[in-house]
Formats: sequence, C-alpha cells, structure tokens
Amino acid sequence: MGVSRRDFLKISGSTLLLGPLAAPASADAQERESKTKGAKETRTICPYCSVGCGIVVHTKDGKVVNTEGDPDHPINEGTLCPKGASIVQMVKNDTRVLKPMYRAPGADSFKEVEWDWALDTIAKKVKETRDRTFKLTSKSKVKEKQPDGTDKEVEKDFTVNRTDAIAHVGSAALDNEECYLLQKMLRSWGLVYIEHQARI
Amino acid sequence: MTNHWIDFKNADVILVMGANPASNHPIAMKWVMRAKEKGAKLIVVDPRFTQTASKADLFAPMRSGTDIAFLGGMIKYILDNNLYFKDYVVNYTNAPFLVNADFKGPGELNGLFSGYDEKARKYDKKTWGYQMGEDGMPKKDPTLKSPNCAFQLLKKQYSRYTLDKVSSITGTPKDKLEAVYKLYGSTGKRDKAGTELYAMGWTQHSVGTQNIRAMAIIQLLLGNIGIAGGGINALRGESNVQGSTDQGLLFHLLPGYNATPSASLKDLNAYIEKFTPKTKDPKSVNWLSNRAKYITSYLKAIYGAKATKENDFGFAWLPKIDEGQNASWLMLFDKMFKGQFEGFFAWGQNPACSGANANKTRAALGKLKWMVNVNLFDNETASFWKGPGMNPKDIQTEVFMLPCASSIEKEGSITNSSRLAQWRYKAIEPIGQSKPDAEIMNELFLKVRELYKKGGKFPEPILNLTWNYGKKINIHDVAKEINGYYLEDVYDKKATPPKLLGKKGELCASFVHLQADGTTSCGNWLFSQSYTQKEGKVINMMARRGKTDPTGLGLFPEWAWCWPVNRKVIYNRASVDMNGDPWDQKRPLLKWDAVKEDPVSKKPGVWVGDVPDGPAPPMAKDPGKYPFIMMAEGKGALYGPGLNDGPFPEHYEALECPLEESLMSKQRINPTIKIFGEKEDAFYSCDMRYPYVATTYRVTEHWQTGVMSRHTPWLLEMQPQQFVEMSRELAADKGIKGGDRVKVKSGRGEIFAVAVVTSRFKPFKIGGQTVHQVGMPWCFGWQYPNDPKAGDSANLLTPTVGDANTMIPESKAFMVNVEKA
Repeated sequence: MGVSRRDFLKISGSTLLLGPLAAPASADAQERESKTKGAKETRTICPYCSVGCGIVVHTKDGKVVNTEGDPDHPINEGTLCPKGASIVQMVKNDTRVLKPMYRAPGADSFKEVEWDWALDTIAKKVKETRDRTFKLTSKSKVKEKQPDGTDKEVEKDFTVNRTDAIAHVGSAALDNEECYLLQKMLRSWGLVYIEHQARI
Repeated sequence: MTNHWIDFKNADVILVMGANPASNHPIAMKWVMRAKEKGAKLIVVDPRFTQTASKADLFAPMRSGTDIAFLGGMIKYILDNNLYFKDYVVNYTNAPFLVNADFKGPGELNGLFSGYDEKARKYDKKTWGYQMGEDGMPKKDPTLKSPNCAFQLLKKQYSRYTLDKVSSITGTPKDKLEAVYKLYGSTGKRDKAGTELYAMGWTQHSVGTQNIRAMAIIQLLLGNIGIAGGGINALRGESNVQGSTDQGLLFHLLPGYNATPSASLKDLNAYIEKFTPKTKDPKSVNWLSNRAKYITSYLKAIYGAKATKENDFGFAWLPKIDEGQNASWLMLFDKMFKGQFEGFFAWGQNPACSGANANKTRAALGKLKWMVNVNLFDNETASFWKGPGMNPKDIQTEVFMLPCASSIEKEGSITNSSRLAQWRYKAIEPIGQSKPDAEIMNELFLKVRELYKKGGKFPEPILNLTWNYGKKINIHDVAKEINGYYLEDVYDKKATPPKLLGKKGELCASFVHLQADGTTSCGNWLFSQSYTQKEGKVINMMARRGKTDPTGLGLFPEWAWCWPVNRKVIYNRASVDMNGDPWDQKRPLLKWDAVKEDPVSKKPGVWVGDVPDGPAPPMAKDPGKYPFIMMAEGKGALYGPGLNDGPFPEHYEALECPLEESLMSKQRINPTIKIFGEKEDAFYSCDMRYPYVATTYRVTEHWQTGVMSRHTPWLLEMQPQQFVEMSRELAADKGIKGGDRVKVKSGRGEIFAVAVVTSRFKPFKIGGQTVHQVGMPWCFGWQYPNDPKAGDSANLLTPTVGDANTMIPESKAFMVNVEKA
C-alpha cells in the first residue's frame, strides 16, 4: 500500500499525540507548520508550463503565507519545479503594476491614471477607429464555373463586415473563460487579426 | 497531446525529440522516470546533450532542422525490416488506398511533388487525390502491393533516405541512427508501446507541420496511436495555451476548431457545406459531419435570442476574412511594420520579445496610433518607446498599460497539455488596483456597447452580443455559456417515441445533444460536458477531485475533466483489434464487452475502460465503425494530401542553413513557404558572415519571454543573464573562454551574451564538412532587470519565416556569427 505525503503527515501527526514514540519534527517542518497553522487552503493550478500541477495556497488575513505542491494532485503528487515553487513571488512583488498607466504621444514616461478614464478613452478609440475603417465589403478572388465547364478566377466584392485597422495578440496566460470572452468581444468589433502564443 | 502526462509511465520506449522535458516540463519528467523504473528505454535526439539526454539510454545528436531526414530514415528502416504492425496498418490506416496514377513524388521531380506552381509557390493538388470507385469511395488494395497504393508510395518516398544520406544531412553517426531506429522500431509489436514527446523543437521550423507528420507516420506504422503508453504528445509551453487555442484566439479559428468564415461564404449554409467533410463509407463515423450543430450552437451562444432561423442565426455579423487571406502572427506584424494598423491590443503577451525578428516587431509598434497592453508587469512591449535605439520624442504611439490580477487572485479554468481543464480558485483579492482580465473585458465591452447604443457603424454584432454577466462578472456564467444550454425541450427524434434529451434552460449533458436548429446554445462544443447538470444538479466537472484509477493506467477519470467528453486517449478504439479485444492484454485501455448491457441503448455490447471514441461496436461487428473518427475516411493518414507542402514529409533545409545545396534534392528550402521582402527580413545561407547554425531554447528557471520569471527574484537569481552555449571546439577556434562576453549576430540583429563552453554541443560532420551549432535561451529583455549585463531577447536574431502550413516562425534553425565582444 502506498502512503501519500498527506497520509504520512496525518499518521505522523497522530503519532505526535502519542508523545514519546514520535520522532521530533525537523526545524523545516516545524517552521512550515507554524506558518500554515490556522491558514486557509486554496487550490490552484500552476500558471507556468502546461503540465498543470496542483498548488495549495495558504493565506492568513488575506495574505499569502505559504505555497506548496498539492499532495493530492495525481500529476505532480505534491512536487513542484523551481517556477511552480516561486509563485508566491507573483503577489509578494515590488514590480507589479498597481495602477493603470498612460503614455502620451512623444512622452518620455508613463503617468498613473484612473481605471475609468483609461477604459473610457480606449472604448472611444475602439469605436472611432472601427467606425472610420469599417469595411462592409472587400474584394476576393474566387473560382467560378464558366458556361464551357471550366473554372475561371474572377475578382468580386463580398460582404466581410470587419475592420482591418485594429489587431490583437494574447493570451495563453488567460483562463479559458477569459479567452472565450475575449474572442467574443474582439469579433463583435469586427477584428480578424487575432493571434496569440499558440502561433509562435 | 493524443495521450496525457501520467500515461508516459505506460510506455516501453519513449522518444524525446524536439523537446527537453527535464528542463522545461520538469514534473512531466517524473512520469518518464517512472517508465524507466519499470524497464522502459528513453531515447533523446537533439542538437545538444540536454538535461533530458543525461537520463537517456540512448542519445543521438542531430543538426537543427534535419528532423525529417532523421525520421524519414526511420520510416525506411521500419519498412525494410518489416517492423511495422501489419494488422493495424492494413485495417486502421489509409495504406491500402489507391492514389491518382499521375501523382509524382520528390524522387521523380527533384525534390518537388506533382503540381508545383513556382510563381505562386503553391501546389495544385489535383494529382494528390485518391482513385475513386463507383461506390464513391477510394479504391483500395488490402494486399498493399499496388504501386499506386499509399503504402507503396510511402516505401518509394523513403527508399531515398538511406543511412549514409541521412547521416550526411543530420550529422548523426550511422551507428547511432541504426541504434535509435532499431530500439524505437521494437514497439511495432502488438504488446509494445512507444510514445513520442515534442515541443517547439519540432514546430518552430519552416517544415514544422511535416516534422510532426513524419512521426505520425511512424506511430501509425508501429500501431502506437490510440494505445496506452503511445501517441504523439505535444508538450505545450504555457499553462493554458491548449485552452486559448481551443477557445479560438487565432485568426483562422472560432472556438472548438470551427474555421473562421471567409468572404465568399454568403450564408450559414454555404459555411456548413464547405466545412462539413463527406464520406460514402458507412463504416466511417466522420464526426465532423456534425459541424452544423456546433456552428449553429456557437451562434446561439454569442447572439442568443437575436440569432434566429430567419436571420441565418446572425452569421452575417461575424467578421469574414478574404479568400486565401492569412492574418497570422508574421503577417500581422508585417502589416503593422508597414503602418497599416492604428490600434493594437497586446493582452497577456510580450511580442517585443516573443516573436521572431523582434527588431522588426519593435519598429512596427512605433507605427501604431494607440496600443493597449494588459499585463502583471511592465515589459518590453508596453515600454517599447523607451527601448534600445528608440527616441521617445519621435514615437507617437499612445500606450495604455492596464494591470491585471495574477492566477491566484481570480477564479476560472485552464487546460493543460493533456486537454485536462482544471478549476482554479481565488486565494486573495487582486493586488493594488489590478483587476482580473475578465473584469477588464467586461467593463471595456460594456463601455463600447454604451457608445454604440447612441449610434455607429454596423452596430448589430455589438448590440446583439449576449453579454449579461453583471457589473462584477460572474465567471461561472461564462463557463456555463461555453458548456451550452438546452434552449427548448430537446428530443432525440430518431427514437420511437422521441426521447427527451434535456429540458429547456438546463445545461447540456454533452455535445452529442447539440442541435443545428437553434434549440441548443454552446460556446465551444469541445467543452460541452465541462459544466453540466445531472438529475437537476449543476456540476462543475472541471473542479472534480476524485482519485479513482479503475484501469490502473493513470487515467483518473474523476479528476477534473478533459475534452472531448473526458476521453483520455484520443483514437483509443485503435487500441483493440477488429473484434474489440485489446492488442495489448497487459495494458488494456478499452475492451468490447459483448454481453454487458449498454446503459444508454439498453442493448448488450458496451466498451469498458476509457471513454471510447464513439459508442459504435468494433469494426468487425455490425454496425461496426472505424477508429479514426475525426478523419472523413475513418483511417489514420499515412498519406496526407491535405497539407500545403506535400502528402509525405520531405527533407528541406531551413531558410537559413549552412549548405549551398541540399544533400537530398535540388530543392533546398521548403518550396511553399512565404518569403518576406522587407530589408528587415533579410536572410543568409552559406554566408561567411553567419557561419554557425543557431537555435533558441528555454531554461528551467525562466518562462517564455521572462516577464513572469525575470520579475521573480528567486528565479532571476538562479539564471541572471543571457548566455550562448557552444562546443569546446568552436570556442577554441574563436579564442573564446567560458565566461567571456561575446556578441551573437545574425542578418537581423545582435545580442550580447556570456559564453558557456561545454561538451553538450559537438561539431557536426555534414556532407564531409564541419558545421558548428550554438544555442541560446530567449527569456531575457532589456526592460527588466534594467541591467545591460542581463541581455536582450534572442528573438532579435531569429528570421521572419514561418512553417508552410501554420506560419509558426523558424526559431529553431537559423545562422549566426559569434565573436568575442
């Protein structure tokens, strides 16, 4: 019978209660236990490569106090690589952008702006660019059957309902639901230049 | 992936070629090692002795860009030595199909297939088709003897790939070639399993698709597709690149791999007609004959009640590409470079470092009027206007940098390389003022829609879009929309009396229930069943944590959920013989139980094991079906007439290569790749200025362009700066010592790097000449850490050229020079 790390902890935990029979826990294990004692456990999946390892995030008072491999996860079985083991630094990080920023034409720096202003301005730019460049029709070459039965290439106007003035890339770093929403939104605006990491 | 991560443990032989899981998918390597512990053999083929190679039983070095020569030699070896699995090949592949007698291959036409148009750089595929019988089906020769059958054509094609020739092209010693061929060929027995693991080492080539096709041919010959411990497994690079592709964030795909509509398709019927494959073979399932249900249900998902039969379900509101238009990455940035875009979104991506020929990309960004960059961190794209060689005063691009929340600050699902969609929960509130991406999309879309309520051009697709997720978006509503709903009481009309499949308003049980008449909605048919309803109870299948493993093969069918319909191994009906008995009795993935009652049909006869590729009985029974349900003919394609560059893979050199002439044929490069013409796109073959073959690769401590790892102090400390790895021989030639600062230069750009001199690279003997190769990681960028010693992106060097089918850039084989700085 295999004993998972979690089972092992449970067993050793109950053994500890028995007192003298238990071996003393290592300093490392003690430190981790003190960090995670009473913490909330939230399960997540690693945001780096595509193996899909499970991670447990321990939080106290809304702050991350520890992250570690999910011992119940059938793929990683509690283990993590250096990247997965570092995800705490995604949130405990001095270089995260904390406010929307704007760079004016020709400016040499970003300045902080309010969300509402940023999104209002972008929405207006999307509309202004789209309305000005929207193509109801476009020319395409197609093969057409001729009376003598042969195919001939002809150029014709077809309905396309799109804008060719706005492009988009990204992202494989988004959740499925976000990817779906994103393609839905972009296509409603008429974009066809939609690409992301999968192409490169 | 056809199979899944844990399944590696079931293999007898694992071939890693075009990947380096020990470095880049470290936890996956655990399952490779589990196989080894049970006696499996690991083969690694790579230009460099990688960390994965250090665990290999057999390592074969190979010059970058010569995989097809290597694999073509393996096909020849398997055929010459009768190592192929004959029952499988005859019954489950198109080996017996007769091809048009006018078809000619590269052996007869100097490296080209019949029908080449030099001016258009394109094939007319007229001669590539099958000979059709009077029954409307391809003619077949089950003896495989006809000179026009796919099997004999395959033999003919690879008869040219002799050990001598392959060795002279790849630089692999002949004894190593033979050892690899023999060991991998040993999996052609019915009770042996061989699997292949690849990544960008195969895709990032101008022949990328054909690299993978070559392996698909080998796996079909050996009967390794559809079985436990087999398959072809793409080790995808990003946590949700499988999901982002599934959800249609590409110019040519809507969600669920439905093609984007093109201009001449005047209505939904024309679309359905074009994209619904047809067959007259009653034994072929031809699953994509359901296309009408999937596209109609998608339109119902995005336009809701506004999509009606009368208005063609809103088909006209979808934007259409021109006929033949390619709007892929390299084309997009070429157009941007020419000043043909005004606005641009870089959402969760850093193209200033990630795409090939990054100098051209960076220059292109300066020609935009406005750009929106959504990211956790500032990066080389958001700040391109103050990057190396840029004068901010001259750059008129307005930039909006929007901070998004990280993966533990929000809720939602991601799909790993095994097609496994797993739910993630929110651990903490977003940091600072950052917002989950979905919230940014929600607010932005609602603002745009407000503007269109007051008027604007062609407002219908915006005003009619179903977008009612609340002011604070509820992501579960989106997951349910993707899964799909019954919009009416839906009945199976083939049953007498008609049987209720689902009640109006409930979540769909699976894509099998989707309808083409507008009575179901489904944002992505492949994800139907991911968030479903059983006996009235709503179940998020992606959040499941059941740990049972009834087959012992590691399928874990109750852990989260994978598409399609929780099937862990694709084409798994090929793992059994024509009567439904497992080829491999030790590792039965699936078995036909003729006595047990099918819970749906209530008749005896049911598949036991993995979720089968369709419930139909095995091939020999009535009404039995072929296993390859996604192929119109129902057969695995040894012969593949659908690709742009030929029905068989043929060796061509990379666009930039060290040879004046190919050693295989007169045709040096892939004849169907697009050649870009700006001076920024310059390329140089056999040019003394750029004498060394180069490749990019990744390191364990960094991820992609490094935005999410350079900003992580622990990771940056372990891998702080750009390096270039080279052989001791090349270093001695150039007077370079390990640790020296060197300049690496290509026809497009240059970077500084620290020389790492190792025995992991060795010079190759190519056609009698010595060829050196170097390699570099591509995870660095000027913006962070703001330290000139850290270096800049290796993509400043890579060429503007893509694969002939996918347009994935050729970042794994190009030419550079290395000099002491």
